[in-house]
Amino acid sequence: MIESIGRRAVAAVEAVGRVGHFLLDMVRAVPDVATWAGPAIVQMRRIGVDSIPVTLFIAAFTGVVLALQASYTFTGTVPLYFVGTLVGKTMMLELGPVLAGLALAGRVGASMAAELGTMKVTEQVDALETLAYDPQSYLVVPRVLAGTVMFPMIIAFAIATGIVTGWITSLVLLDLSTTDFLKGLKLFYRFKDTWFGLLKSASFGTTITVVGCIVGLDTRGGAEGVGKSTTRAVVYSAVLLLLLDAFWAVVLL
Amino acid sequence: MIEFQDVHKAFGPKRVLEGLSLKIDDAETMVIIGFSGTGKSVALKHIVGLLHPDAGDVIVDGEAVSMLDRGGLTTLREGIGYVFQFAALFDSMTVAENLELGLRRRRELSDEEIGDRVREALALVDLSGTEERLPAELSGGMRKRVGIARAIALRPRYILYDEPTTGLDPVTSAVIDRLMVRTREHLGVTGVVVTHDMRSAYTVGDRIAMLYGGRIRQVGTVAEIQETEDPVVRQFIEGRPE
Repeated sequence: MIESIGRRAVAAVEAVGRVGHFLLDMVRAVPDVATWAGPAIVQMRRIGVDSIPVTLFIAAFTGVVLALQASYTFTGTVPLYFVGTLVGKTMMLELGPVLAGLALAGRVGASMAAELGTMKVTEQVDALETLAYDPQSYLVVPRVLAGTVMFPMIIAFAIATGIVTGWITSLVLLDLSTTDFLKGLKLFYRFKDTWFGLLKSASFGTTITVVGCIVGLDTRGGAEGVGKSTTRAVVYSAVLLLLLDAFWAVVLL
Repeated sequence: MIEFQDVHKAFGPKRVLEGLSLKIDDAETMVIIGFSGTGKSVALKHIVGLLHPDAGDVIVDGEAVSMLDRGGLTTLREGIGYVFQFAALFDSMTVAENLELGLRRRRELSDEEIGDRVREALALVDLSGTEERLPAELSGGMRKRVGIARAIALRPRYILYDEPTTGLDPVTSAVIDRLMVRTREHLGVTGVVVTHDMRSAYTVGDRIAMLYGGRIRQVGTVAEIQETEDPVVRQFIEGRPE
């Protein structure tokens, strides 16, 4: 019993040490711009452009549901133009970043872990090293940078899409005028609503890509190992994303 | 010159190398043979710093690999070509891009020079015209040849071959053997070949070293190994079960 606890404690400390070492290596690789600049552009397209359809799809339906639920809650008690307030605030502060973040944890985090895991088990990462490339510069920095830069952009689109579909729903299904919707939208708006959501999105982007890279490059075994890494990347990313969400709320709101 | 100096390496409780000492002279091809799982590939990875010894060291051109910093390791690796057991080609890149990647690291080369080197290396392995194909479109033998071309294109001082003929049919194995011999003759590089294919070892090796129990059991010329009276080496080279 005590031996088992001790073994787990040692394993936990080792894992923390490995992550710390990984992050330090990553920071050390940042000045090697000539190596990561090209791959970073490719990753920005993959993480950014290719993720837009799924993110906008989720955001569009979230906007519709938010408008309908707000109307259901407010009818008879609160003026209906508050639908605009609720849709705007919720999309910007919470649902835009978190729902899109969770979807991207699945899409981006899983594909990153699978790709790097496959490269690891087929010795492609070793091959890269023998060609005098630092895997941190060539594989990790471009991905983390692309995630950090592109997540706020994708999520900004998602927030805008959710607000637009919420507005269309209000017009078509709730008989709310555009003027009333905009009145509600502007009512309690503060600039902080915008930067808070985007800052959170950037931190989600960093977290999901760092987890995808760490788990992917730590893959052992063959196809089974890659499968396990993929699952681990999604689970760890989702858990960390929700913890970060709570952290930012406590610190900044 | 490459020299293993009393190298020890363990993975957890499993001790793989237990005092490996071996000297590989310039311009020779040293073949390291041994049973599966005896640490031949592990030894090879120590030369390029993919693995570091628990004790002892590997000396390449007078420098201890484990003492090199990041820059030193990069310089060392620029002078060594590594051919992996399963080729380890980058599967999202074409054949030409696989070859170009290492060359682009050497920033003194122009695009034109890189293109010339790629064509030259592919011609040497009889794979001209495959530049735009993806690794998935190639046979096992072709992939290995692209792996060799990737190493040759760098014009290294050393080439390390990890099980170059494993999993290939006899004819393709012979093609790879001929290619390794041709590479040494044309480029004058020092080669280290890890294999348990004795026909290949006799064809390409100047000297053969048998790794057994984590250290070198015997090292000698092809003729010396063929005439050995060491029972372990004899059993291995004759392929006898006991």
